[in-house]
Amino acid sequence: MKITFLLNGETVELVEADPTATLLDWLREDRGLTGTKEGCNEGDCGACTVAVSDADGTRALNACILFLPQLHGKAVRTVEGLGGSHPVQQAMVTHHGSQCGFCTPGFVMSMVAGHAEGATDHDTQLAGNLCRCTGYAPIIRAARAVESAPKPDWLATDRAFISPEILRGEAAGRGAEPPSSPTSSDELAALYEAHPDATLVAGATDVGLWVTKQLRELPKVIFLSGCADLKEIEVTDTHVRLGAMVDMNRMRDAVAPLHPSYGEMIRRYASVQVRNAATVGGNIANGSPIGDNPPALIALGATLHLRKGDTRRDLPLEAFFLDYGKQDRAPGEFVEAVSFPRQPDRLKCYKLSKRFDQDISAVCGCFNITVEGGIVTAARIAFGGMAGIPKRARAVEAALIGQPWTQQVVNAALPEFEVDFTPMSDMRASAAYRMETAKAMLSRYFTEDQGQLANVLEVRA
Amino acid sequence: MSVAKPLPHDAAPLHVAGTARYVDDIPTPRDTLHLAFGLSTIAKGRITAMDLDAVRQAPGVVLVMTADDLPFANDVSPSIHDEPLLSDGTVNYVGQPIFAVVATSHLAARKAVRRARIDYAEEPAILTIEQALAANSRFEDGPRIYEKGDAEAAIAGAAHVIEGTFELGGQEHFYLEGQAALALPGEGGDMLVHSSTQHPTEIQHKVAEALGVPMHAVRVETRRMGGGFGGKESQGNALAVACAVAARATGRACKMRYDRDDDMVITGKRHAFRIAYRAGFDTEGRILGVSFLHHAICGWAQDLSLPVADRAMLHADNAYLLPNARIESHRLKTNTQSATAYRGFGGPQGMVGIERVMDHAAHVLGIDPVELRQRNYYAAPAGGSAPHTPRSISSEMKENTTPYGQVVEDFELHGMTEALLASSDYATRKAAVAAWNAANPIVKRGIAFSPVKFGISFTLTHLNQAGALVHVYQDGSVHLNHGGTEMGQGLFQKVAQVAASRFGIPLEMVKITATDTAKVPNTSATAASSGSDLNGMAVKAACDTIRDRMAASLAERHQAEVASVRFGNGQVEVGEARYSFAEAAALAYQGRISLSATGFYKTPKIEWDRIQGRGRPFYYFAYGASVTEVAVDTLTGEYRILRADILHDAGASLNPDLDIGQVEGGYVQGAGWLTTEELVWDDHGRLRTHAPSTYKIPACSDRPEVFNVALWDGQNREDTIYRSKAVGEPPFMLGISAWLALSDAVASCGDAYPALNAPATAEEVWKGIRRLGDGI
Repeated sequence: MKITFLLNGETVELVEADPTATLLDWLREDRGLTGTKEGCNEGDCGACTVAVSDADGTRALNACILFLPQLHGKAVRTVEGLGGSHPVQQAMVTHHGSQCGFCTPGFVMSMVAGHAEGATDHDTQLAGNLCRCTGYAPIIRAARAVESAPKPDWLATDRAFISPEILRGEAAGRGAEPPSSPTSSDELAALYEAHPDATLVAGATDVGLWVTKQLRELPKVIFLSGCADLKEIEVTDTHVRLGAMVDMNRMRDAVAPLHPSYGEMIRRYASVQVRNAATVGGNIANGSPIGDNPPALIALGATLHLRKGDTRRDLPLEAFFLDYGKQDRAPGEFVEAVSFPRQPDRLKCYKLSKRFDQDISAVCGCFNITVEGGIVTAARIAFGGMAGIPKRARAVEAALIGQPWTQQVVNAALPEFEVDFTPMSDMRASAAYRMETAKAMLSRYFTEDQGQLANVLEVRA
Repeated sequence: MSVAKPLPHDAAPLHVAGTARYVDDIPTPRDTLHLAFGLSTIAKGRITAMDLDAVRQAPGVVLVMTADDLPFANDVSPSIHDEPLLSDGTVNYVGQPIFAVVATSHLAARKAVRRARIDYAEEPAILTIEQALAANSRFEDGPRIYEKGDAEAAIAGAAHVIEGTFELGGQEHFYLEGQAALALPGEGGDMLVHSSTQHPTEIQHKVAEALGVPMHAVRVETRRMGGGFGGKESQGNALAVACAVAARATGRACKMRYDRDDDMVITGKRHAFRIAYRAGFDTEGRILGVSFLHHAICGWAQDLSLPVADRAMLHADNAYLLPNARIESHRLKTNTQSATAYRGFGGPQGMVGIERVMDHAAHVLGIDPVELRQRNYYAAPAGGSAPHTPRSISSEMKENTTPYGQVVEDFELHGMTEALLASSDYATRKAAVAAWNAANPIVKRGIAFSPVKFGISFTLTHLNQAGALVHVYQDGSVHLNHGGTEMGQGLFQKVAQVAASRFGIPLEMVKITATDTAKVPNTSATAASSGSDLNGMAVKAACDTIRDRMAASLAERHQAEVASVRFGNGQVEVGEARYSFAEAAALAYQGRISLSATGFYKTPKIEWDRIQGRGRPFYYFAYGASVTEVAVDTLTGEYRILRADILHDAGASLNPDLDIGQVEGGYVQGAGWLTTEELVWDDHGRLRTHAPSTYKIPACSDRPEVFNVALWDGQNREDTIYRSKAVGEPPFMLGISAWLALSDAVASCGDAYPALNAPATAEEVWKGIRRLGDGI
């Protein structure tokens, strides 16, 4: 594939790029830029973080699960490209933010990207960077110290980068055969219908691991990152529609004002780097039973919009998930968007994991219960981690609807969880713990609804 | 003077610029080859057939090596030659290296490995303590037992007897830089090895054995590691040896780095323990006798398990004078990764045992846990800080001795505890926690204090030695080398500060250089927190040798007393004459004075019989104390560490900021061990938590929201380098207070003692709450 991007201010044109070569391997092995480190090769440690800019801004991304074609038309900045003079770098020295130094370039790049965007929620910005030496305190001191420091000159250049091909009126990567980067959903629809055995790559936060961990060969790949129309977010008086290629951070920004608990759950979904790559569509289409977004969307009554060629169909999101690893998706059909109706905010999302930030849920419970005149008039409850698919708790819902909204009714509904679910035991949680905490989440929802404290994240020292 | 200044890490400017080089960053020859191991998929059995043809035919493969292809020793054990580099036909754990692929790229090697077809005759694996005991599968003939007095009799006669058993999980090091090595073949059979290791001499030794050459033919260089934590004391041997053998076979440079999943599956971790205890207390909360039973899961090879389990026994007292004690330690051989060194080296496990006893006793006796601990502290030394409750050293207790017979002469914790209780506002907050818990039915708070007394010295006495090599060039610049390795702890900077201080020159004049077995031979691992103590003293000796020569030369030139020559502020003064250090160096050179010297140091006063459990294994003790407050959601067991206050004893610190860095990082790592870091093996012996997606070290927001760390204003009572104290491992154990605070929060849910296991994951905390709620 032909790919063009800006690397540390220098235009790079790759004519015969391996479509599943990762940016990390290319930087280290082909370019000799060894400042970017490999810590885990799966997007969980942040040692490989780079800053990627375009007209929309500057974002931190994990280079280890970023394929080169995803960078087409963008500006990449690695630690070497800071020139040693970024205020973050000096602050990290002054505040003793590095010990062994191996995670440091990744931290620096996350901090640079956060600084570029004016972010001051440092714990969230750095949740995707692991450090084993410092205990993080000095790193946070460094991040705070440079909040108001001036932004580097290169930022404007990087954001203004327009690939020479686009200037020349060419469109890279287009073509009838994968590997390819279509530039619209129409092109994608035609291409994928003709090549239903191709692998669609959205943010590569899952497919990336097929390559780096499972060592799979992916001869036919279609990159969706060029499909601008799939990145649209539509918020009207009646509904919210999220294009399949909306990344999780943009989605968070869109949903958080409407449903704050949803926004907070997505804040804990993976890390900034992963959320900058991961997409709404990918998180649904891969059918994971432990993806956090589907339970929330199901609880909101979301509709999935699928497309194959010129044919479109809609279905309730929960109907898409048929069984573990099996979705209601025909060959050549892809997720175009998901939408949910505007509604009064009754949604609470509870994400239970071994670690609060950047961890896969053991249980993710999303509750949307409407109470009118003291009576439950509607209830949509959906869980991740409790079955082979994201699944509604229909028996629990049935036990609540039409009943008075009381502790007794809640207690009486708890046994219904065992009708709805038979969770499994694994390294994240035992079956019993999953079952009992799922029940506890309904109790928490009720307790919080009474205005009482039931969330440890709201407690301060 | 450079010493005691809070200077940044010497490599910090390189770290933040991405120009600090780790093994995988070193430029290599164009034709460098890359290695990957093929790993076993069963826990125990024999290989009956191995078809590697498809591996050999894979793209980029240059060589495939099995045990039969190794020319000399097939061993990478640091102890008793029980750890083959490549399987000798038997398989002892899931993840054991069976063959090695040498290919043109890292990815090609990894891909080729997966083409192997291996048949096994599977045998029953020993995966649990019960299975190991039933099969008498252990290292050493039987348990080690250290005793003082008659514990059973003391417990039998006590007013209160408490007992319990708990599980204490292991811990993955999760150094951010995985294991890595690079071997460059030289002329005449020589081999240069770059290794990410805490122990270059061990790498040299094992590579020489594997190549059948004397140690002089192998040079090992280590500039830095991206974290070690004990995980690179012995676990780097396999990569270095494999690379050297492949480099010898191919004549090409060979490099190996483990993919993260391979690293976690192959390498050893902290020893998991089960600890059973019985203890007797009098009505005032003074311990009369205690009996511990340690079961340590050591994995398939001995590695360093004996000294690790010994050190656990040696810390079964922690800060408390135990009049009668019995510690019985079983070192169990299991079909899992060979457990290895990890920060604290068994000490944390032993310490958690006695802290559990104190916590349990305080609960049963209804005495404040801090008060009860203070009543059981060792006595303070004469002239030291006054004991909180002076205990009679004269009559009943007679001696201030540990269960292994060492007299505690430097006990700092009385004063430190009072200072920390005051600075952390412990009493007020303890009351506030109780008030909160009375008012809040779902979210409960807990607060706990724990002290640390950690013994400093290698228990294998001969390891307590170090060497240094110092050159002064004629321009006055200094080349510094010593046997210690840099893994992020700031050792190089501290030692450079020593050198600069000895010569009275600015730090910039001292060049810190990579650890190199050709410059300083026969080094000990940088371990046991000993780096600054040992290497600082060796460097001081080397510098002083050169300084004395320069002084003698200048004194002769000026007809002055040698003692009147003064080094300081970058200058050398002799009577009225004043030279820059560079001028003095040039004069010495012109005067044909040697400006190069080695230095050597061995720790005094120590002697130890590990079989009898008697002697003075430790030169001194390092101390610390912490108070942690947590909040727990009783619906799900989820919790937050809200605040930690720490006071730590680094003696007269060589560099207070670097030492505080060790304390902050150590606390978070220790708290991680006891909270979210859970290793899970399945019934087939497969590690299920082999990547950061499933193994959860603390993330940024897991550090205490309020985190107050201070150093105790003191100095080492022993004559260490500038009276400083070792600081690498001791702060790790400050994290125990986080675990105890969770227990305190859970205790508010019922009357019984929570009896938490470790790690206290949210699920474990939830189970503890349920046990109390159900009255179990």
